[in-house]
Amino acid sequence: MSSLLEVSGVSVSFDGFRAINNLSFAIGPAELRAVIGPNGAGKTTFMDIVTGKTRPHEGRVLWGDPPVSLLKMTEAQIARAGVGRKFQRPTVFEDQTVDENLTMALKAPRNPFAVLRWRRAQADADRVAALAVEVGLGDQLPRKAGELSHGQKQWLEIGMLLAQEPRLLLVDEPAAGMTLAEREHTTRLLVDLAKTRAVVVVEHDMEFVRRLNCKVTVLHEGSVLAEGSLDHVTKNPAVIDVYLGRG
Amino acid sequence: MTRAFLMRNPSVLWFLLALSLFTLAVTLLSEAGMGVLSTSFVKTLGKTLCLCLVALAMDLIWGYAGILSLGHMAFFALGGYLIGMWLMYARTEEIVVAALSSGPLPATPDEIRQGIATQIFGVVGASDMPAIWAQAHSLPAQLALVLIVPGALAGIFGWLAFRSRVTGVYLSILTQAMTLALALYLFQNDSGLRGNNGLSGLQNIPGLDGVPQETVSLWFFWASALALGLAYVVLSHVVSGKFGSVIRAIRDDEARVRFLGYSVEGYKLFVFTLTAMIAAVAGALYYPQAGIINPAELAPIASIYLAVWVAIGGRGRLYGAVIGAAFVSLLSSWFTGGRAPSVNLGFYTVNWVDWWLVLLGLSFVLVTLYAPKGLSGLIDAAQGLRVPDRKGAALGPDDGALMEQEGRE
Amino acid sequence: MPRVFAALVAALILLTPLAALAQDAARILGDNRALVERASRTTIGPVIDALAASGDPVVAEVLAAWADKGLGVRKADGAFFLIAPTAAGWDLRGLDGRAAGPTAKADITDLKPNAGVRALIQSALVRFQLTDPDSARRIAALDAIARDGAPEHLAPLRGAIADEPDPVIAARKARLERLLTLRFDPDTATRAAAIAAFGGDTGLDLRAALNPLVATRRVALPKGADVAGNLARDLRPGRDLTEVEAYDLLVSAGLAPARLDAAGLKAALAAHIVDGAVGGVPLAALSDPRERERAYTALETAGTVPTAATDAEVTAAVAAHRFVELYAEPDPAVTSAAAAALDRIALTVGAMQAADLALDALSLASIYFLAAIGLAITFGVMGVINMAHGEFIMMGAYTGYVVQLFVPDYTLSILIALPLAFAVTFGAGVAMERLVIRHLYKRPLETLLATFGISIALQQLAKTIFGTQARPLTAPAWLDGAWVLNDVVSISYIRIAIFVLALIFLAFFLWLMNRTKLGLQVRAVTQNPAMAGSMGINPDRINMLTFGLGSGIAGIAGVAIGLFAQVTSEIGQAYIVQSFMTVVVGGVGNIWGTLAGAVMIGGLQKGIEFLNPSNTLAAQTYMILFIILFIQFRPRGIIALRGRAAGD
Repeated sequence: MSSLLEVSGVSVSFDGFRAINNLSFAIGPAELRAVIGPNGAGKTTFMDIVTGKTRPHEGRVLWGDPPVSLLKMTEAQIARAGVGRKFQRPTVFEDQTVDENLTMALKAPRNPFAVLRWRRAQADADRVAALAVEVGLGDQLPRKAGELSHGQKQWLEIGMLLAQEPRLLLVDEPAAGMTLAEREHTTRLLVDLAKTRAVVVVEHDMEFVRRLNCKVTVLHEGSVLAEGSLDHVTKNPAVIDVYLGRG
Repeated sequence: MTRAFLMRNPSVLWFLLALSLFTLAVTLLSEAGMGVLSTSFVKTLGKTLCLCLVALAMDLIWGYAGILSLGHMAFFALGGYLIGMWLMYARTEEIVVAALSSGPLPATPDEIRQGIATQIFGVVGASDMPAIWAQAHSLPAQLALVLIVPGALAGIFGWLAFRSRVTGVYLSILTQAMTLALALYLFQNDSGLRGNNGLSGLQNIPGLDGVPQETVSLWFFWASALALGLAYVVLSHVVSGKFGSVIRAIRDDEARVRFLGYSVEGYKLFVFTLTAMIAAVAGALYYPQAGIINPAELAPIASIYLAVWVAIGGRGRLYGAVIGAAFVSLLSSWFTGGRAPSVNLGFYTVNWVDWWLVLLGLSFVLVTLYAPKGLSGLIDAAQGLRVPDRKGAALGPDDGALMEQEGRE
Repeated sequence: MPRVFAALVAALILLTPLAALAQDAARILGDNRALVERASRTTIGPVIDALAASGDPVVAEVLAAWADKGLGVRKADGAFFLIAPTAAGWDLRGLDGRAAGPTAKADITDLKPNAGVRALIQSALVRFQLTDPDSARRIAALDAIARDGAPEHLAPLRGAIADEPDPVIAARKARLERLLTLRFDPDTATRAAAIAAFGGDTGLDLRAALNPLVATRRVALPKGADVAGNLARDLRPGRDLTEVEAYDLLVSAGLAPARLDAAGLKAALAAHIVDGAVGGVPLAALSDPRERERAYTALETAGTVPTAATDAEVTAAVAAHRFVELYAEPDPAVTSAAAAALDRIALTVGAMQAADLALDALSLASIYFLAAIGLAITFGVMGVINMAHGEFIMMGAYTGYVVQLFVPDYTLSILIALPLAFAVTFGAGVAMERLVIRHLYKRPLETLLATFGISIALQQLAKTIFGTQARPLTAPAWLDGAWVLNDVVSISYIRIAIFVLALIFLAFFLWLMNRTKLGLQVRAVTQNPAMAGSMGINPDRINMLTFGLGSGIAGIAGVAIGLFAQVTSEIGQAYIVQSFMTVVVGGVGNIWGTLAGAVMIGGLQKGIEFLNPSNTLAAQTYMILFIILFIQFRPRGIIALRGRAAGD
C-alpha cells in the first residue's frame, strides 16, 4: 500500500530541547490512526510539522502520489493540498455566523481575486446546509459562532474541516470536554470519515482510543516507541514503563 | 448590485440617501445657490468628505482586517502630491507660456520646460526638472500615477512586512517608520518635490481660469461626494461577501485562516494595497481643495489621527468610520478655528484653541476604555442590539481581534 | 666762529660711527630725519635695519610706536618723540620714555607710514618680539607669524631659535621655521627637506602650508606642444573633465571660437528679424530648435553673424588638444614632496576621522539607548506599548527646566532635577498604568491608541503651560567644552556624561532584573501572571511598579537629553520612533538587544551621514529603510528569544 503521508527521520529542537527526534511515520490514503503519548512526547509538534507551522531541522515529509515535499510549502498551501487540522480547543470565528464559517471553509479557489468574485451558487448553499445538518447545527446557521456551546463549536469546527474536503485529517484530542453521547457521535464520525480519507487522532483518553479500534502509534520523547493495535502496544513493556506505568 | 445585497445591508441605502441629501443641501446653500455657506466652508465640507473616504479605507484595513496601519495618511498625502504635480506644472506652464510669448521669438519646448522648472524649483535653488516630474505635463498619466505610486509603495512595503510575518504593534510601528521615512525624505530640498515648501496654488485648476472658485469648490465637493458614495457601495459589497468574511477571520485568528488554506499574507497585501490606493484617491481629491501640500501632512501623527477618527466612529463598520471622520474633523476645525466660545471658570479661562487637543486626547482614551464601539454604539443602542456576553474575552486570539463589546449580535 | 663750527661738524662726522656704536636710536632717526619723514618702502629699509641693528633697548618700542602712528618730530628742532593725541594737541614722551610734557598740535609733524613701510617695520619688530624677555609676547609674535607668515620672517625666526630658553616655545619656533622654510626658502632641497622633516605630523597648519604647494590650474595646449611648467597630470576629456569644461578651457585660452549657447542663439536671431522671418525662416517656425539652427546657419552664410562652433567642431577641437593640470609651484621636487606628505596626512587623518565617527556614533547610540531603556522595560519586558513614552521624556526635561528656575546653581539643580524627574514621571507612569493600561492588557493595539491619546493631551498641555518656544536647560559649567584629542578627534563632555549615564542605566537594569526580588517578580509576572499570582506575588502591584520604573527612567533620560537638545513640547516626538526602532531591532525582552539596537542604529545613522554629510534627513530616511529591510531577515531583532519561549 502506498502511503499518503510519509514522515521520515524528522528532528526539531527548541533552544537545545529536542522536541522531535528522528521521527518516522506513515499513513495510507484511507486509514484511521491514533497517536498517543505522555505530555511532551511531541504529539502537537508532530502535527505542527505536518501542517507547516514548524519547520524541522532535518528529515523529510512527503505527501501524496507522486510524492511532493511539504517542507517547502506554506501552511495555506499544505491546507489546500488536502491536510485539514482540528485544534484541541475549538477554534471557530466567533464574530461570524455558522453559515459564514462553513462557507469560508468550503472547497473553492482561495486566492483573493477569486474570492472577491465569488457568488454563492445554489449548490454551495445546499452543501453548507447539508454540512450543518451532518454536524447537528442544521437550525443554527444564522447564529454567531461565538454564541454556540463548547460542544457545538467542536462540531462546527469538524463541519468546517469536512467542508474543506481534506485527504488527511489531523484531529487533536477531539473528545476533550465532550459528554458521553457526544463522544460516541464523534467516534462514529471519525470511523466513518476514515473510510474515504486518512485520519490521525491524537488522544490522551485510552477509552476513546479503544473505541476507535484502530492502529496506534505511541510517541515518547519525540520518537516512535511502539506501533500496532492498542492491545499490542499496551503489552509492550517499554510503553508500560513510560506511559501506563506512570498512571 | 443585487437586491439581496441591499436587503442584507440596509445601511448602504440609508448612507446613500443621507449623502445625497447632504450634497443637495450644500449645493443649494452654497454661494452658487442661496449663498448661506461660504466657499471656504464648502471646501471644508468637501475636504471632510475626502477624510471620510480615507477613513473608509482605514476601517477596511484596521476595522476589518485588523492591521493597525499608521501609514495610510502617507498614501493620502502621496496622492495629493501626485495630482499636485500636474496642477502645479500645468498652471505654471500657462504662466510661463504667457510670459514667453511676449519675447521676439516663439519659445522652444525646451525653453518652456526650463522656464517652468525655474518657476517651480527656484524656491529650493534648483532650475532643472527632476526625473519624477517626467509625466507631470500629462493629466491622464499623473492620474494613473495617483493609483500606481501609492499602490506600488504599499505593495512593496506590504510584501516585505507581511511575508516576514510582522504583526500587531510591530507592524504598526513599522508602518509608522515608513511614514516617517517618507516624510523626512520629502522634507529634503533635493527630493524633487520642493522640500518643506511643498506644492502650492493647487486650488487654481489649469484651464479653468474663467470659472469662479465657488463653482470649482462645488465641483470638487460633488466629486468627493461621488467618490465617497461609490467607495461606500463597493466596500460594503466587498466586506459583506466571502472576502469580508475571510479578512474578518484574519483579524480575529489568522493562524486558523491559514489552516483553512487561505494565503493570509496575500489577503493582507491585497487589502493593504487596495486601501492605500483608496487613500491616494482621497488625497488627490482633498489637496486641490486645500490648495497646498507639504511634507508636514505626512507626519506620523496624521495617520494616528486617522485611527482616532475610525476608533471614535466605531471600527469594523463602514458607517462608523464615516461618522467618526466627519464628526471629529469638523469638531476639530470648529475648536481650533477659534469659533468655539471660551469657557470662563473664574480663576482660569479655557481657550479651546489651547485645550482642544487635550480634550480630544482624553476623550479618545475614554472611548478606548469605555466605549470601544465608538459613536456607532449609539446607533446600535437605538436599534436595541446587544453584545454577546463573553466574560470579557476578545473574539479571537490576535492583536487586531474585536473586543467583546465590539461584536454585534 | 665759522672755524669752530667747522671743527664741530668735523667732530660730529667723526663721531657718527661712534654714536652708532653707542646704539642711539634717537641719533639714527635724527640723522635720517628727511628719509623718515617721507618714508617710502624703497628707501627706508637701511634706516630700519640700522635701528634694528643698533641694539638700543628702546628700539622695539620706537618701531612699534612708529608703525602705530605714535612717533612724531618736533618741527622746531627735529627731535623725535613718542606722541599721543590729546584734546589740545600732543602729549610727548622722549624716546627713552621720559615724559616731555604737552605741546600744541602745530608743533609736531606726526609720522604716518604707509602700508609698505609699516610692513617693513613690523618684520623688523618681529626679531625683537621673538627675543622679548616676556614669554607671552614671544608667543604672541609666533601666533602672528603663524597666522600670516611672510618670507621676511624667516631670517629673524631662524635667528631667534638658538637663544630660546623655554623648550616649548623653542619647539614652536622650530616648527614654524620649518613651515616658513617649506613655503619661502629659496633653496629647493631645503624646502623638500623641511617637508620631509614633518614626518607623521597632521597639523592643520602643516596642511594649510602644504595645500598651496600642490594647487593646480588646468591648461589646454595643442597636441605635441611642450608642457611649460610643473606637470601634475594629464586630463582625459570625458573622464577627468567634461567636454564642455574642456572646450571652455580652449575658448578661454583663445584656442577655439566660442560655442553658441541657446541664449546666444536666441539673442542673435532676435537681433536679425527681417519682415517676420530670420534668415528666410518664418518666425512661427522658430519654436523648433532645428529651425533655429537652420536660421542661424543662414545668417552665418550671409555673414551677418560670427561663425560659431557646432557640436562636431567642438568635439574635433577638444580631440586636437591636450589638457593638463599644472602645479602653480614650479619646482617638481617640492611638489612631489608636498604631495607625498599630503597623501600620508590624508591616510592618518582618515583613520582619525574614522575614530571620531566611531565616537560620534557611540555617543548617538548612548542617546538612543538612554531614550529607549525605559521602553525596554515597559515594551520589552512587559509588552505594553506606550506611545506617551516620548512625553515622559519631555516631562523629565521640563522638570529640569523648572528646577533651574528655582535653583540657579546649575550643578545643584541637575542633582535635584534627576531624582525629581524620576519621581514626577514615576508618578505619571503609575497613574497611567492604574487608570488606563491596566484595563487594556492583552490589547496592544488599543493600548497603542489610548496611550497615543494621552501623548497628544500631554503634548498640548506642555505647549499651553510652557509655550511653543524652546526652553533652556543649561548644563553645569564643568560639562561645557569638549575633550579634544587632536584637530580631528574630539567629543564634548556632555556626550561623555550621557555615555556614562547610559552605562549606569545598563548596570542598574541588569542589577534590578537579575539580582533583586523585584526583578525576579517582574520576570515571573510577565512570563505567567496567573502562576505568579498563585505564588503570592501581586501582579497588579508588580505591573504598576515596573511601569512606573520604566517611566521614571524616561524622565531621567529627559533631563539628560534636555541638556543638549532644545526643550520643547515636541522633544519626545523626536525620539519616540527611534526608541521603538531600537527596542524592536535589538530584540524585545532583552536589554543586550536594546544595547545592540542602539549601537546599530546610532552607528548606521552616523555612517550614512558620513557618506552624505550635507543631509541628515536623508540619513534618517535611509536608516529607516534599512531597518525595514533588516526586520525582513531578523523579524525578532538582533538578539532574539528563540523557540517556544518567544511565544509564537
